[in-house]
Amino acid sequence: MIPGSFDYHRPASLDAAISLLASLGEEARVVAGGHSLIPMMKLRMAVPEHLIDLQDIDDLKGIAINAGTITIGAMTTQAELIASAELESACPIIKETALLIADPQVRNVGTIGGNVANGDPGNDMPALMQALDAQYVLQGSGGSREVSARDFYEAAYFTAIEDGEILTAVRFATPAAGHGYAYFKQKRKIGDYATAAAAVILTIDGGTCSSASIALTNVGDTPLFAQAAGEALIGSSLDQGAVAAAVEAAKAITDPVADGRGPAGFRTHIAGVMVGRAIACAAERAN
Amino acid sequence: MSKINVRMTVNGTEVEKSAEPRTLLIHFLREELNLTGPHIGCDTSHCGACTVDLNGKSVKSCTIFVGQADGAEITTIEGISGADGTLHALQVAFKDNHALQCGFCTPGMITRGYRLLQENPNPTDDEIRHGISGNLCRCTGYQNIVKAIRIAAEQLNTAEEAAE
Ligand SMILES: Cc1cc2nc3c(=O)[nH]c(=O)nc-3n(C[C@H](O)[C@H](O)[C@H](O)COP(=O)(O)OP(=O)(O)OC[C@H]3O[C@@H](n4cnc5c(N)ncnc54)[C@H](O)[C@@H]3O)c2cc1C
Ligand code: FES
Ligand code: FES
Repeated sequence: MIPGSFDYHRPASLDAAISLLASLGEEARVVAGGHSLIPMMKLRMAVPEHLIDLQDIDDLKGIAINAGTITIGAMTTQAELIASAELESACPIIKETALLIADPQVRNVGTIGGNVANGDPGNDMPALMQALDAQYVLQGSGGSREVSARDFYEAAYFTAIEDGEILTAVRFATPAAGHGYAYFKQKRKIGDYATAAAAVILTIDGGTCSSASIALTNVGDTPLFAQAAGEALIGSSLDQGAVAAAVEAAKAITDPVADGRGPAGFRTHIAGVMVGRAIACAAERAN
Repeated sequence: MSKINVRMTVNGTEVEKSAEPRTLLIHFLREELNLTGPHIGCDTSHCGACTVDLNGKSVKSCTIFVGQADGAEITTIEGISGADGTLHALQVAFKDNHALQCGFCTPGMITRGYRLLQENPNPTDDEIRHGISGNLCRCTGYQNIVKAIRIAAEQLNTAEEAAE
């Protein structure tokens, strides 16, 4: 499978990349790791005339943890997320999720920016970013703005990113010390997208759940922030009744397609199972 | 669309060539440099037969454009044995332990194993299995591949201790 022809650009700075994007117009695409884009180009489902490679832009790399905020540069690879001991201690669910993405070779190349900007409902990081209430930092020739991960996804491959904008970083508040977390993903094999997956982050105060957020992967045409499911847990002791209510609230917002992973009803069922297990695991980890 | 000039170090030798930007690294290696060790198994980023080492990391060369690899240091299966043709410990272990049948996945398996043992010189069987989870084999059932990587690790570690 040979992709269509294009011109290749490798700017050395973010400004240069943004002005290239502005001057080349809508036939230009940025490429990060290329591990979603190149397969699409081989299938000629994407036929950009210009590719702007972001690999030389140092401003887009690295993980910064300070003053209660975690900022991750868009070009940080999944392997780098896994390798960061600071990130693991401040927000371990990132490593847990990244390890469930694809395989070592893909994780060496795939970036967090590409994963969240791609807009494929099968990507795992978007639901996690919704659970963490992350902001996406977008920069274009008109300046920079932030969009909440919970508002970013409009439909499969349609996001709030405008032509000419580059996602430079994701940013979120460091979860509270002692928070419970879990990312549970049902997949047929390593390297497969989720049949259904759930991210859960919660805190427990004196036996009562004081905060909870839940989001779902690949059971709709966007990642799904399951607000009602989280609210069903808050104020409870995470007793059976509350967990069952959260599972039902999460299942109620799913709308999966039937595919090789199973019929729609099965995938909704699995989403419920993932939510239930992720809550139990997060509760156990919280202290 | 204009061609680009790419320069990289492949198996220790500097190469410079012009190429169409849409050329995939695997095609560049196989067709321009005549390095036909890395294979094309699936062409869909799944099987790992095309695995090469790029700047010290295992990657699938069917999913990288040649321009993205401009300036990189690349090692393919051809660069893993010694200059005099002495086999690498992994190659010996694969041969001795029946870790291949048709051999199609083997260049990718060994190239991945080569990097895995640098990332983790003492892997458990479970770590080996996760480490090669991006490489598919349709013949062996993996048992002997895992065994060969474990034996090669032991041999490399013993050789290193002896050298100290
Ligand atoms: C075999 C295989 C299995 C996989 N399994 C999974 C999986 O289980 N879960 C999962 O989540 N992913 C999976 N992936 C996808 C992988 O994680 C991709 O690497 C990731 O989705 C995209 O990251 P990238 O850096 O490769 O982006 P690219 O492919 O380079 O880009 C993807 C899209 O985002 C745009 N883009 C990239 N960076 C930016 C930016 N900074 N600003 C604006 N737009 C940008 C590009 O223009 C393109 O449209 C798999 C991939 C493969 C090949
Ligand atoms: S040919 Fe590259 S992963 Fe199969
Ligand atoms: S030996 Fe035949 S595919 Fe692995």
